[in-house]
Amino acid sequence: MDNEFFLLARDIHKRFGAVQALRGVDFEVRYGEVVGLVGDNGAGKSTLMKILAGALPPDRGEIWIEGKRANISSPHDSRRYGIEMVYQDLALAGNLDAPANVFMGREKTHRFWKLTTPVLHRREMEKVTGELLLRLGVQLPNLRQRVRYLSGGQRQAVAIARTLLAQAKLVIMDEPTAALGVSEAERVLDLIRRLKEEGISVVFITHRLPHIFAVCDRIVVLRAGKRVGERTTCETTMEEITQLIVGGKTDVKYERE
Amino acid sequence: MRRITAIPQLLRKLFLERATAGIFLALLAIILVTGIVNPRFFSAYNLQTLGRQLVIFGFLAIGETFVIVTGGIDLSVGSLTALLNVLLALFMTRGLGTAGGILATLAIAIAFGLWHGLFVTKLRVPAFIITLGSFVGAKGLAALITKGWPISGLPSGFSQLWEGMIFRVIPVPVLAFVVVAIFAHFLLGYTVWGRHLYAIGGDIEAARRFGIKIDALRIMAYIISALSAGVVALFIAARLNQGNPTVGTLYEMYAIAAVVIGGASLFGGEGSIIGSIVGACIISVLWNALVLMRVSAYWHEVTVGAIIVAAVTVDILRRRRIQQPG
Repeated sequence: MDNEFFLLARDIHKRFGAVQALRGVDFEVRYGEVVGLVGDNGAGKSTLMKILAGALPPDRGEIWIEGKRANISSPHDSRRYGIEMVYQDLALAGNLDAPANVFMGREKTHRFWKLTTPVLHRREMEKVTGELLLRLGVQLPNLRQRVRYLSGGQRQAVAIARTLLAQAKLVIMDEPTAALGVSEAERVLDLIRRLKEEGISVVFITHRLPHIFAVCDRIVVLRAGKRVGERTTCETTMEEITQLIVGGKTDVKYERE
Repeated sequence: MRRITAIPQLLRKLFLERATAGIFLALLAIILVTGIVNPRFFSAYNLQTLGRQLVIFGFLAIGETFVIVTGGIDLSVGSLTALLNVLLALFMTRGLGTAGGILATLAIAIAFGLWHGLFVTKLRVPAFIITLGSFVGAKGLAALITKGWPISGLPSGFSQLWEGMIFRVIPVPVLAFVVVAIFAHFLLGYTVWGRHLYAIGGDIEAARRFGIKIDALRIMAYIISALSAGVVALFIAARLNQGNPTVGTLYEMYAIAAVVIGGASLFGGEGSIIGSIVGACIISVLWNALVLMRVSAYWHEVTVGAIIVAAVTVDILRRRRIQQPG
């Protein structure tokens, strides 16, 4: 298979009862590429990403990762292939601090005073968390502050630091800037640029086209469960993407049923 | 070097982050006032009595802490104490012997915890409801088994569990409590397991996505809580030298009050063993103080009721302040 692609998805179908959410969608992500995935509500963006993240099983279709046929049937499988999803609602424990959240489920432990039970290695987890956040260009004034006291952008950084710890190769971000103000959103876009610099691929779902244009290499448009267009960011305009989203335009090669 | 930085860190954690400072100071104030009004408070005999009383509420508060940290609640521990107390006496007087009786009682406690945990996790019955069922039912079972009368005639020597002294000054139950408390504090505060309980209480959906085995952990929390009732049942049997269906009344409320006074949130995700023990100390010392001052025991219930309302209100106000920054 082609070596430039980290992930290839072919002919993905998904139906929820009477609703055909995805009707044979192809999708691909190159190594180190930031792909913007856009489309109106109900176009199938989140469904497609949940399939890649193992949260939903596809009805039909194939997924290839790093040139090999991948069998993703759970989030655990997906993570094993190096895919990490950052959810819109962030899924952090607000009552715990950043290191606890970054390491949740992968805690570092040590044996203290020759006790037989492993004990949380707080200092090590704090150190690593500080380093991960620094790689993302974020410095928290107090690492031990509970996550609920952090700003939206800082929380996003904590969620992304989790993916760095997991050594993700592809990070899927569902509407990471939706609930944020202008400067906080700008910080999140910076986080995405940092991931790209690290050679990590990113799929970025959003309704806010300027954010897509600010960081994405390529834009894929879904409409009513079908892929209706694809553009390299530097060769298109927001008007054109908007036309593709709302249905004023469909690329010829996607027109056949 | 490590030790030196650890001390201020510990102080900060105790007094600022966990908000235990206020209640710790309140405890000291109550102790001082009581001691000044009635110097007998500090007599060895009174302190030993107080210590044993603290053990009863303390054990239940420790168990309840595990459940409340996960965002649940266990209303059954008082009634379970009565039922397990009666069952223990029954087992011991019907041929199971001391060790057999204790083991059988604790096994039944575990079964009750498992029962609560399975309903809460697998059937998604609110913890409030399923443990309320045991609150009413266990009390009834205890009365049914004994037909309302105490079961006496426990093996001689069993009362040493309550009366016994280590080095002639420390009552056996107090020592047992200190050992369990240290272990529980370690479990909740320093292990991956305890950390995951906090995560469940903080945001159960997030915990699920983190890949934490939330059902197993929550079931464990209810088992620990029920086991604490089993342990208290042992000590009460040793104290009374009988199984009595009327013991344990309102104990679940004292346990929950101790945990909430200790800085836990009934919404889950907050709380600590140290805090809960300080909370249990406040309740026990208040009880002791009122007795020393010859005030009616009913005032104790009134006081504890007022403290619960105050502690929960403070927690809710604190949360509201967090939601509206600035």
